[in-house]
Amino acid sequence: METYYKPEDLGKFATMGEFAPDLWEKFMSYYSAVFESGALTKREKALIALAVAHAVQCPYCIDAYTQSCLENGANEEQMTEAVHVACALRGGAALVHGVQMKNVAKGLSF
Amino acid sequence: MSEIIKNFESMIDNPDYKFTHGKLRIIQVNVGKLCNLSCKHCHVDAGPNRTEIMTRETMQHILRVLPNFETLDITGGAPEMNKNFCWLVDEAVKTGIHVIVRSNLVILHEKEYINIPEFLADRHVEIVASLPYYSENDCDKQRGSGTFKKIISMLKKLNSLGYGIDEKLILNLVYNPGGAFLPPNQDELEQQYKTRLMSDYGISFTHLFALTNNPLGRFENFLKRTNNYDKYMRKLYDSFNPAALENMMCRFQLSVGWDGQLYDCDFNQVLNLTINGVQNISELYEIHKRKIKFANHCYACTAGSGSSCGGATA
Ligand code: SF4
Ligand code: SF4
Repeated sequence: METYYKPEDLGKFATMGEFAPDLWEKFMSYYSAVFESGALTKREKALIALAVAHAVQCPYCIDAYTQSCLENGANEEQMTEAVHVACALRGGAALVHGVQMKNVAKGLSF
Repeated sequence: MSEIIKNFESMIDNPDYKFTHGKLRIIQVNVGKLCNLSCKHCHVDAGPNRTEIMTRETMQHILRVLPNFETLDITGGAPEMNKNFCWLVDEAVKTGIHVIVRSNLVILHEKEYINIPEFLADRHVEIVASLPYYSENDCDKQRGSGTFKKIISMLKKLNSLGYGIDEKLILNLVYNPGGAFLPPNQDELEQQYKTRLMSDYGISFTHLFALTNNPLGRFENFLKRTNNYDKYMRKLYDSFNPAALENMMCRFQLSVGWDGQLYDCDFNQVLNLTINGVQNISELYEIHKRKIKFANHCYACTAGSGSSCGGATA
């Protein structure tokens, strides 16, 4: 079946350097610096990235950061908890906007 | 696979690295394929039904050549299950050589082997024990159900004997990935293991070695069965690190199979790739520099930070 997302497209990421090589290089060197261990370990950063990948629902990032988590010493238990953090934030963000709904409703109602 | 994986040897630029180092340090001896466990990552394909076991006669030849080495590294299978295991350890220790035993620790709970921890401690034998992760689920998935609890309780016993605490009693742990992926940075993982094993169980150990799974034996079967073989080989190839070539373990060791056959490493044993030169320990009287026999499984030793039986190499 035709689909917008194909696994092999992840390997074509570098083609984004065509027409804008300087921007691509700047982005890539920044990107790899971000994931070096610093105040946070590589494993912690990979878990954050995995959670964000689920929040933005990017299948490429989910694939890449599942592997990255495993290769940086996280296990499935930790990865599942990270996904729940993303889930809680997304769910919570929806729910807290209920306050907006209440404000609007209050303004319109008797 | 889109791009062909180049022959491993063609990746070695410095011709010296294709040969053993002038002075070998380690003689690694596989005393048999018999094992109480059948771990998923096992490259030896060891298990309870294996019958290949080293004889005392072969061990006598090993003892004869020991003065050429600094370390005797005993592996298997579960080496304790060879009935001449204690004899070999005892005789080797008497020569003053440093002795390492690779134990799965689970075996030490069985009645016949219950005194081995004290036996090894009395002789200052280094223990290297595999612990795939610091959680029960991950460990049991790889090594079999119930293994984690037994390993943890044996680590506590070893600590009580001074292992991992007294600097003369070295207790090293081995991590290897629970599937078709590469190991993490060894230092960061060691820190993680130390923190968790201490806080959860009060356990200390000396160092952690992070190993790469070699695509042979039972692990190779897993890779093929799950359609991961090509991807895994590609990953090893793409992670090739030339800085790991100088310290590939085969450059500093001689590996002896259960039947006395000689190899560059335990992995080459699986492939029946015997060394260049004298083929059996019974005929070995002089050790010469030799050209190592490489094949594409060697990419597991040079991926990322490199991998050897003593952990990262680059
Ligand atoms: S990995 Fe070690 S303990 Fe596990 S089956 Fe192989 S030899 Fe036995
Ligand atoms: S697999 Fe053996 S021969 Fe090949 S690089 Fe590793 S230690 Fe050397």
